[in-house]
Amino acid sequence: MRLLVNGEDREVDVEDDMPLLWVLRDELGLKGTKYGCGIAQCGACTVQMDGVAVRSCQVPAATAEGADVVTIEGLGAPDALHAVQAAWVEHQVAQCGYCQSGQIMQAVSLLDTNPEPTDDDIDIVMGGNLCRCGTYPRIRAAVKTAATKLQEA
Amino acid sequence: MGRLKTIGRRSFLIGSAAVLGGVAFGTFMAARPHDNPLMAGLGEGEAAFNPFVKLTSDGIALIVPHADIGQGVQSAQAVLIAEELDIDVEQATLSFGEPSAAYYNTAFAEEGVPFMSFDDGSVAETMRDVAGGVLKLIGIQGTGGSTSVPDQFEKLRTAGAVARETIKAAAAKRTGVSVADMKTAKGAVELPDGTSIAYTALAAEAAEIAPVTKVALRDPGAWAKVGKPMMRTDTLAKSTGTQAFGIDIALDGMVHASVRVNPRKGGQMLGYDATAAKTMRGVQAVVPITNGVAVVADNTWRAIQAVNAIEVEWAEAPYPAEMDAHWAEVGASFVPDRLDQEWRADGDVEAALSGADIIDVENRAPYVAHQPLEPLNATVLIKDDSVEVWTGHQMPRFVQQQVAAVVGVEAEQVKFHNQFSGGSFGHRLEFEHLKQTAEIAMTMPGVPVKMTYSREEDFLQDFTRQIAMSRAQGAVENGQVTALALDIASPSVLASQGGRMGQSLPGPDMQIVAGAWNMPYDIPDLRVRGYRVPELAPVSSWRSVGASHAGFFAENTLDELIRAAGADGMEERLRLVNHPVHRKVLETVAEMSNWGEDLGEGRGRGLALVESFGVPVAEVIDVTMTDRGIKIDTVYLAADVGKVIDPVNFENQVQGGVVWALGHAINSEITYSDGMAEQTNYHAAEGMRIYQTPEIIVKGLENAEKIRGIGEPPVPPAAAALASAIFDATGERLREMPFNKFMDFV
Repeated sequence: MRLLVNGEDREVDVEDDMPLLWVLRDELGLKGTKYGCGIAQCGACTVQMDGVAVRSCQVPAATAEGADVVTIEGLGAPDALHAVQAAWVEHQVAQCGYCQSGQIMQAVSLLDTNPEPTDDDIDIVMGGNLCRCGTYPRIRAAVKTAATKLQEA
Repeated sequence: MGRLKTIGRRSFLIGSAAVLGGVAFGTFMAARPHDNPLMAGLGEGEAAFNPFVKLTSDGIALIVPHADIGQGVQSAQAVLIAEELDIDVEQATLSFGEPSAAYYNTAFAEEGVPFMSFDDGSVAETMRDVAGGVLKLIGIQGTGGSTSVPDQFEKLRTAGAVARETIKAAAAKRTGVSVADMKTAKGAVELPDGTSIAYTALAAEAAEIAPVTKVALRDPGAWAKVGKPMMRTDTLAKSTGTQAFGIDIALDGMVHASVRVNPRKGGQMLGYDATAAKTMRGVQAVVPITNGVAVVADNTWRAIQAVNAIEVEWAEAPYPAEMDAHWAEVGASFVPDRLDQEWRADGDVEAALSGADIIDVENRAPYVAHQPLEPLNATVLIKDDSVEVWTGHQMPRFVQQQVAAVVGVEAEQVKFHNQFSGGSFGHRLEFEHLKQTAEIAMTMPGVPVKMTYSREEDFLQDFTRQIAMSRAQGAVENGQVTALALDIASPSVLASQGGRMGQSLPGPDMQIVAGAWNMPYDIPDLRVRGYRVPELAPVSSWRSVGASHAGFFAENTLDELIRAAGADGMEERLRLVNHPVHRKVLETVAEMSNWGEDLGEGRGRGLALVESFGVPVAEVIDVTMTDRGIKIDTVYLAADVGKVIDPVNFENQVQGGVVWALGHAINSEITYSDGMAEQTNYHAAEGMRIYQTPEIIVKGLENAEKIRGIGEPPVPPAAAALASAIFDATGERLREMPFNKFMDFV
């Protein structure tokens, strides 16, 4: 099966129903996408498929075939941050950091569709991403900072 | 030395001191001074001035041994060394180091001795010194109990200063310039003539001289880094998906495993049928382990799918199968022969209550799961003469011991590589997942085995927070609280944790009453008793441990008395509070919240003050009644930790602690049916999500004498302050968590 991940064509030999999450992590070595719950309750595995945030634990590999998949690694790098990542750094959102790849991928998707989100918009769209450390106040602030930066850009 | 020998002979009992780290200790043997673990690995021309600073011609390496479980102590530790070493943290490489007695944690002693945190009398201080001495002797290396900063505050600055002065001495030897005429900055020695010598260029010479140990620590006024906002060392990696956690370990030839262990925790496996599992793609082996079975495969998902396809017959649970029986046992424990300790007896509460109009209330706290977002995992490699282990853990030396006992080697043969943890909250104090992985790895020597729990398995195997109940009687008179008798019953979390390691708890468990017995109030007649419930389901330390239930009980009960007296919650607490530091915390939160203002229709405001881990924390919470339920609007919080190391991370930790506390107080519990936890994923026990999160306004105070940690103290007051606010808004008093059993929340 061929997958397009972060702009690269990748060949994998997996079952049709292996979740994209595990293809990314264990077959392609892209460890930035995290396993948290396996049932779309935590959002730690969030990636983008054709520009839309999805829970990769719920996407069978066969469904991802032909789609443009972007993971946290494809969004930006430590020396070339995406605006949302830069806002996450500026506000020092992370504590343990385990959920933050998913939070960031969800926030990017939010800002793509809604460049000026209200507090309620943020709460609704980010509501599926669990953070056990409770960094939510900083997530709200970082989303707003990123929104401003993206507007200026 | 004489004093320490005496301790050894008398089987000195330190109560709960070491146990906060996860284990109870009875008898101690005196030990020799601990070797510096860095000396063994030193090459030619390399210097290790102490267990924390290593200098080579290539660079500066700092060992920051306290585990980073999300609380940011890697940064805090590094900055304490850097402050005196005169380097920027970015100039050094950081690592957790290898397990060593040299990384003993004496701060566990603070919470382990039965004295008020502000009692600096000679008896209290002597007991703390003695308990700390014992911890040093036996080399307890551990992270927990909000001890990292108090333990390391002086130790690491001293380590930095010793390294700096030794490097200067080496520079003096080379150049003939007097040490007094040198300055140090950004990892270099600066001479009066303007030349600058990098520390790294002095490594070989520094290695030749004895460390300069007579150093004076700088006055706080001279600090360039400590106390100022800083960028955590892990922020960039954690914002780019490049921070590796234990679950991300990848080694050549590694296989992937997952397990199912009897969900009736501690019960045996009677039998299993893995016929179907063995035929599934990628499955390499099915391995029976203690009380369960494992699948080894070539991919984590395949391992989880296959292990779930095994049909297993489980034995009964060694504790009551149904929840009602658990509560019944707790309720039956308020009897003399289960009295664990009477911790506080001010005045004569019996006399005060007899004949008075008594207020009689019962409060309850349920089992709650830890469930950090990174599931428990471990990687183990069995070699001919050693064992290697990779995971994130709070107790490195016990990891060695526990794995060694399974494999049948000496603890020193276990090489442990501690990893960043995707949260812990006490979950990573336990060893079952490590022992299970070791058992699997023993069947395939030479092959690294990474074992990952499915989320469901993690929920089912979680050793939860303890269940607890309080019964209290109080009296009020002339608008004042005059008497309170508070009895608290719970299983001993410390005995449960210690028991899994073959240790008994020598003495009463202060965690049963933590945050309650030490309430900072002068109520004329006040008694606090702890009752020990025989162990039910296994339990473990959960962020803020005993104070998570006892702090709630104490303040929720006091709040009822204050309101029954018709008094103002702030004014009455200010009247009762018995220490200036705690008074200031109350006054600060009153000012922050503009206490006394009219909130308007349909709103309520509550207050609670709890001291835990030596930190007084006062929280004011505002709520609004809406047609969709209670909305938590704002939390105002003041805490006194003596000294704030990094105001940015301080605020983040405090906000996170409040979210943790409120989320579980309103939404979460673990209940048992048929001997198994009924909640097996986050939909059933999710804590707090962003849409329920209030605005949280934080102020850190620095009036206390001693420096303290902040990971846990924000948790205990939150549930009580919320219950108080809800009463204020609705007239209904909530006495049992989770609150959503009785009321809707927006």
